[in-house]
Amino acid sequence: MQLPDTPPGADASARSDVQRLIIIGNGMAPGRMLETLFELVQDGAPVRWSVTIFNAEPRVNYNRLMLSPVLTGEKRYEDIVTHDDAWYEANQVTLHKGLAIASIDRQARSVTDAEGGTHGYDALVIATGSTPNRLPLPGADLDGVLVYRDLDDVQRMLDASGDCGNAVVIGGGLLGLEAADGLNAQRMRVTVLHHGAILMDRQLDAPAGHLLQQAIESRGITVLTERVTVELLGENGRVTGVELSDGTVIPADLVVMAVGIRPATAVAAKAGLAINRGILVDDGMATSDPHIFAIGECVEHREICYGLVAPLYEMANVLATRLAGGQANYAGSMTSAKLKVNGVDLFSAGDFADGPGREEIVLRDASAGVYRRLVLEDDRIVGIVMIGDTTDGNWFYDKLKREESVEDGRETLIFGQAFEGGGDADPTAAVAALPPEAEICGCNGVCKGRIVDTIQRRELTSLEEVRAHTKASSSCGTCTGLVEQVMALTLGDRFERSAVTPVCPCTPLGHDDVRRLIRTRSLRSIPELMQALEWNSSCGCAKCRPALNYYLVCEWPEDYSDDYQSRFINERAHANIQKDGTYSVVPRMWGGMTSSQELRAIADVVDKFAIPSVKCTGGQRIDLLGVKKDDLPLVWHDLGKAGFVSGHAYAKGLRTVKTCVGTDWCRFGTQDSTGLGIQLERYLWGSWTPAKVKLAVSGCPRNCSEATCKDIGVLCVDSGYDIVFAGAAGLDIRGTEPLTHVATETAVIEHTAALMQAYREQGHYLERIYKWAARVGHDTVRAQVVDDADNRAALKARFDRSQKVAQVDPWAARAVQGEQRHEFEALATLPRQHAEPRRTGGVPA
Amino acid sequence: MNEQPVQWVEVGRVSDIPVRGARRVVRGETVIALFRTASDRVHALEDRCPHKGGPLSQGIVHGDCVTCPLHNWVIGLADGRALGADEGAVRHYPTRIDDGLIRLAVPDPS
Repeated sequence: MQLPDTPPGADASARSDVQRLIIIGNGMAPGRMLETLFELVQDGAPVRWSVTIFNAEPRVNYNRLMLSPVLTGEKRYEDIVTHDDAWYEANQVTLHKGLAIASIDRQARSVTDAEGGTHGYDALVIATGSTPNRLPLPGADLDGVLVYRDLDDVQRMLDASGDCGNAVVIGGGLLGLEAADGLNAQRMRVTVLHHGAILMDRQLDAPAGHLLQQAIESRGITVLTERVTVELLGENGRVTGVELSDGTVIPADLVVMAVGIRPATAVAAKAGLAINRGILVDDGMATSDPHIFAIGECVEHREICYGLVAPLYEMANVLATRLAGGQANYAGSMTSAKLKVNGVDLFSAGDFADGPGREEIVLRDASAGVYRRLVLEDDRIVGIVMIGDTTDGNWFYDKLKREESVEDGRETLIFGQAFEGGGDADPTAAVAALPPEAEICGCNGVCKGRIVDTIQRRELTSLEEVRAHTKASSSCGTCTGLVEQVMALTLGDRFERSAVTPVCPCTPLGHDDVRRLIRTRSLRSIPELMQALEWNSSCGCAKCRPALNYYLVCEWPEDYSDDYQSRFINERAHANIQKDGTYSVVPRMWGGMTSSQELRAIADVVDKFAIPSVKCTGGQRIDLLGVKKDDLPLVWHDLGKAGFVSGHAYAKGLRTVKTCVGTDWCRFGTQDSTGLGIQLERYLWGSWTPAKVKLAVSGCPRNCSEATCKDIGVLCVDSGYDIVFAGAAGLDIRGTEPLTHVATETAVIEHTAALMQAYREQGHYLERIYKWAARVGHDTVRAQVVDDADNRAALKARFDRSQKVAQVDPWAARAVQGEQRHEFEALATLPRQHAEPRRTGGVPA
Repeated sequence: MNEQPVQWVEVGRVSDIPVRGARRVVRGETVIALFRTASDRVHALEDRCPHKGGPLSQGIVHGDCVTCPLHNWVIGLADGRALGADEGAVRHYPTRIDDGLIRLAVPDPS
């Protein structure tokens, strides 16, 4: 491909005769190209052209970006016309509407239209745009299955929406969401199916995608992510539903496929022009034939095909300049996307994936629904994602394009242009710049001036005092960071920073704050929580995610969908990882009791899977060590057949209830300690807790089951049962504290359940019972669980509610029902010499 | 640039790996861990922590890092290097994604 020394028009410029320009396609790129060309001609450009346009669509040029408002009914076709008939007339352009070009004769420099007419050219511009992809699904040719590309598609959608039925949009990209919004506005019940986990995943990261999904769902549109469509169902040739790979069928009277576009290259390919994904063009927009040019979505320039309007306009201007006899080169476009979907402002540019040497700065404003993330590399912005407030998008984008160092003022960079040059990179600069009337605490309507004034007047130095006197930060707590900055500004060195230990570096909030806010603000998922509590990382870290997952499991047992990727491997694999990457398996033996049949089954499993070690644990269980991960479901399957369920030896949850033989056998036994232990274990198993929980029941004060160093212990005595708690026999050694004395087994179970639930609700993640009790006070625990009978009953009721959904054997679910299969199976097993056709090449560094 | 010859092998689809999760690819004695990040990037590392050989595929994926399940070393997914105060690196394998299909570059034995 070679750029001609002069464009074809230029060599003709010496002559005064008019050159013939034919354009195939009448979209936005050629429209802009002609506008620019005519302006240049008016300004005295040396080349004159007679222009003929062949448009396969039966109409003039219109603004394709405005199709969505037509679909929602906000605009009519007439409103979005760019060039009306009069414009073509005034510029002496011949427009053939609804007439496609069938072929190009490059030798003769002529085109043949669909009706057989032949037209000669001196220069030809191919601007055929792109074709929407259609998924090759069974049923894709049914009536009612559409794509979303031009005005005809919009009209078909409007026709179909007349009866207010069900619409399914396949594809959660920009176009799909616009279509969904439009159909929703036409009062259809709309479901969006998206194969990825994040909506608009080419433009957004996970937190921004989450906010967008919330906004779209709040409009009444159903969004289903990570769904794969396998078939379109129909009756009498018309679509009736969509079947997903998980077997779900969604009723549909209309299906819109919005699954990307590809350059429309058919006519160029037929003419033998060089084509890869798109029609290959050089920097002068010339194809491999110097008399044929191409612009718009049909081209591929420097290995990139563009689908946004800004690059198309840049190409149009370059070609117009060339055709007018001037010099211009297209060097490719940096693209940013500034979009408006469902009333949510979005901005994205550059590359915002994580990577080595990259850092992120995140700003969230929960009340305003704002999320901003800048990705930096070598002190330069390389990626921008913004949702909710995009006012500084262009300011950031400008820095990105100019590769400007943001080292100075980096601390306040994320706040945008208003805080630019905040001086000495002081993190409090943003707060310092706020006027006194700026609201700091939204819950209680407290402004900055009032906080400063109160601090000075009452000589406050701690956050607690400021909370007490101003009420700022005393409700939801999300403004705590701001209040502390105001205090730091006002007090300088005298400011006593609060002693709350944050959950992790992603947040200034402590565990108690987070738990309280989950409850009061009804936060139901990790992404929702991170936005509402203004997490300062995009997706959390390995420290906060397991904690948040537990807090949500605990708070919303019925509704919360467990995020396995936020659990440690042992709880994901339901076994204990060992130093060599194998696992250990501990089947549950209720109260430490077993039988010959159980032992035989264990022995068979050990032999069958060549399990190298079998050991008794301290909790009266049998531990099978050295099981390969791939074997886990098979081992569980065999154990399950013998009646075993998971022993949860891996869980931050109920582990074991250890017992002695009690009145069954022991000459000193005072009560049925074994039976009570089994009852307790059957009642408590499956519960998730902040850290592991081990119980023991001893049949007499000789305490053979060592109940007095357990998290919860029961000591049987003649008169009933002493319940003890908060012991430890690990890193710390600690005898238990008395909880209470009760007379019946039922009372033991009631108090134990209440104690478990209080711990579940109040414990910090990874905090054992003895640490929790020491932190809140043993008396406080007794007051909640023993003294206040109503509270005890309420705690037990909440525990029971949670147990209803928690007591599902995870081993059976995985071994028999095949849940989470990906966890245990290798993705692929490769022979060392692969049979595929080999490729040899350098390994990228 | 390393000139060692490689072969590109199809190993599965991006959707086969959970978001912020990992899957293993077994090749003789070598296990390769394929990670999928929240931003849908796929990275491949040998499934052995440079510290004590822990299976990185079993760790928690956060950002572009994985935390080893054995002793909490944090390894960068894009280059296999240990982050923070720890030093060491694990082999990184190039990957390509075409239309959701993952291709992995493994050393060409011939």
